[in-house]
Amino acid sequence: MKETILQAENLRFRYDPDAAGYALDGVTVRVRRGEFVAVLGANGCGKSTLAKHFNAILLPEAGTVTVEGMDTADDAALYDIRQKVGMVFQNPDNQIVATVVEEDVAFALENLGVPTEEMRRRIDDAMKMTGIYELRLRAPHNLSGGQKQRVAIAGVVAMSPDCIVLDEATAMLDPRGREQVMQTIHRLNRDMGITVVAITHYMEEAAQADRVIVMSRGRIVMEGTPKEVFSRTEQVRALHLDVPQAAELRDELVKAGIPMPEGIIDPGACAQAIYELLK
Amino acid sequence: MAKIIQVEHLSYVYNPGMPGEVTALDDVSFAVEEGDFVGIIGATGSGKSTLIGHMNGLNRPTGGRIIIDGRDVWADPSKIRDFRFLTGLVFQYPEYQLFEETCYKDIAFGPKNMGLDEQEIDRRVHEAARFVGLDEALLSRSPFELSGGQKRRVAVAGVMAMEPRILVLDEPAAGLDPEGRDSILSAIKRYHKDTGTTVLLVSHSMEDIARYADKVLVMAQKKVAMYDTVEKVFARAEELLALGLSVPQVTKIFLKLRQMGIDLPADVYTIPYAVKQIVEAKARRDAGESLTLSRPAHPHEPAKGGADA
Amino acid sequence: MIRDITIGQHFPGSSLVHRFDPRLKLVLTIAYIAVLFAASNPLGLALSVLFLTAMYLVAQIPLKMIGRSLKPILPIILFTAVLNIFFVSGEGEPLFRWSFITIYAEGIRYAVIMGVRVAALIAGTSLLTYTTSPIVLTDAIEALLRPLSRLHFPVHELAMMMSIALRFIPTLIEETDKIMNAQKARGAMLDTGKLTERVKALVPVLIPLFISAFRRADELAMAMECRCYRGGEGRTRLKVLRCCGQDYIDLAFCIVCFGVILASRLLFPNY
Repeated sequence: MKETILQAENLRFRYDPDAAGYALDGVTVRVRRGEFVAVLGANGCGKSTLAKHFNAILLPEAGTVTVEGMDTADDAALYDIRQKVGMVFQNPDNQIVATVVEEDVAFALENLGVPTEEMRRRIDDAMKMTGIYELRLRAPHNLSGGQKQRVAIAGVVAMSPDCIVLDEATAMLDPRGREQVMQTIHRLNRDMGITVVAITHYMEEAAQADRVIVMSRGRIVMEGTPKEVFSRTEQVRALHLDVPQAAELRDELVKAGIPMPEGIIDPGACAQAIYELLK
Repeated sequence: MAKIIQVEHLSYVYNPGMPGEVTALDDVSFAVEEGDFVGIIGATGSGKSTLIGHMNGLNRPTGGRIIIDGRDVWADPSKIRDFRFLTGLVFQYPEYQLFEETCYKDIAFGPKNMGLDEQEIDRRVHEAARFVGLDEALLSRSPFELSGGQKRRVAVAGVMAMEPRILVLDEPAAGLDPEGRDSILSAIKRYHKDTGTTVLLVSHSMEDIARYADKVLVMAQKKVAMYDTVEKVFARAEELLALGLSVPQVTKIFLKLRQMGIDLPADVYTIPYAVKQIVEAKARRDAGESLTLSRPAHPHEPAKGGADA
Repeated sequence: MIRDITIGQHFPGSSLVHRFDPRLKLVLTIAYIAVLFAASNPLGLALSVLFLTAMYLVAQIPLKMIGRSLKPILPIILFTAVLNIFFVSGEGEPLFRWSFITIYAEGIRYAVIMGVRVAALIAGTSLLTYTTSPIVLTDAIEALLRPLSRLHFPVHELAMMMSIALRFIPTLIEETDKIMNAQKARGAMLDTGKLTERVKALVPVLIPLFISAFRRADELAMAMECRCYRGGEGRTRLKVLRCCGQDYIDLAFCIVCFGVILASRLLFPNY
């Protein structure tokens, strides 16, 4: 078992201290190094609030959040935490600071006081890793949504973080942009061992993760591999979330009296099972 | 039935004759019958957004013409405002256009611009709010206090309240969670059914198109690539994949089965129909009939594209 | 369309003028303005114009661009010229006299000098923006003002604000365009009607635009914090401005030119 990199212990939080309800109501979660975790849930379930606790944008009202053993409530550790956990937000336009792509990628390193020569090397690596090296001299406002998000990811990668948290980073993109971003993130996870926490409401993205956490009303309500979570179609749908059509078709076939194996969530496995039936 | 939209050899060029000249539409022709629900799909840059901008006269064709309800839109440019009310256009992320103090006033903005009297405006605001499922109590609230999904519904109601003959929506569900998406799309479907309004719905989600539209217009490379009923368009799944578009997952499953050599229909795009087909096939198989095709469908590695890759 | 407005007109290129260190370019532009006012003799002015024309040619900026940059301030040039013609009284016989209007040769001389001087001033500063991208110019301003930060003048903050403004101007223009279209689709009359009506019609555009700008500012601030932004202290830069040999040669050349122009004023004050 690999070490725990992010940990939230009995985390409670509300935006308004007088409010009756909590945005996060007793969340306990551990993310291991190198893992790809998807956090799924309807709007307002607390998933973005949780994400913002992982790099100390928000601090818990009760409970603790630790990043590699550092408590996010500890002021002295603030910049270490933010350098270890990079955030990518939803709106691609509102997180790009500079007027030239490569300068934006360098922004965090400039803030951290990295010497110019080392900075050059690190941003070039980060831009190559995210597939935007050819765009390095372009103005960000002329890029597509998917390209802008990869600029934002490169800006985070340049900090050499241990973990990247994507806060609905694909919600405003078209299918092509979404795919570019997801491919990039999976590559970073696989090749560089960067831990990924992807907050999303797209079932397709969660289905590609190592582990899925489903949230509802500030609590974790389901947890497991995508297979384990998505084959419980009724429960997922009751949470107002999508179910892969493959799992839905499998369920409906079983209801119609046709025997189908369990744990089918992708089209390939579904087609194979039907093929076995009809060949 | 009467043709309410006739697009004839429509071309549109941005910055004609300038260094930044870009062709956005290239000789596009099609017609929409009154009362149709047409889904429009196509990759970003295929010309979808430019096309819908022509429907209410925001864009002026650089070639060809567009006829709405029997009238050439640009025959008399001074009458262009008529078409703003004839075709209601809902842009992407329409909640960013809200500006009034209350939801009521914001929904009333369009009808007011039409010069209607107070009583008629009031009727329309309430009716539109009912269509999008907006609680009466919310009408007196500021739109900026609402949730994202509610804001979106206020914005859509603002266009519905103009009671246009044609309602055009550019990705009305973009960025919403599954519940918000279902709620806005079923509201549009209900509005379509109850009022008989012609609806054009631009979407990236093939599942949504399959579920709500009757016909599909496929745009590719600034031209119309396909225009037909939903089942006929999704039956051409391989072509759609080759265009870099996706198909509903269930269509993909049937495509895979056909490629494996199983004799199943290609025009499957809903779960109930898929179940029916498999149950029937199973019965034939159990009766001893062979389901294997003599020549399997052409194996086509689906382009790794789309939302369900 | 509003999207067609170009901001800070910049003509990318690789000429000597383009490559010249932006700090020196900025300082020399200011020096050039000073020279224009110091060299008030016709010969000095003529040499100044000649120098500027040469710079435009070296920078390969079409000369008609001078005309375009002068167009908006032409009324001001004409107005000052007319004022000079009518109100400057010279010695000797007036050239023209009618009722209360008296025109002296001195007046015409001043009018021409003033007109040429203002035109050269505008053309000179335009050359700076034509050949220097706004971003580089911001860097140059920051570098030149840096000594002031010792006096607690917020140099870094000012430069950061300028560069964020440059970053978001195109985004906000695009957004304005979108909002205008959305309101037009609801029947708003933005391009027709009387002036008062049009101003009123802008409310549905401006309110959403401001709300969106505030939201963007909020999100951007959070994104900057996440990337460890903590003000100018201890910050390094990716792009460091450095003068090379060519820059010193260019600088020397300009100083010589300015010296010649000033010398002409001292040696031939009346020509």
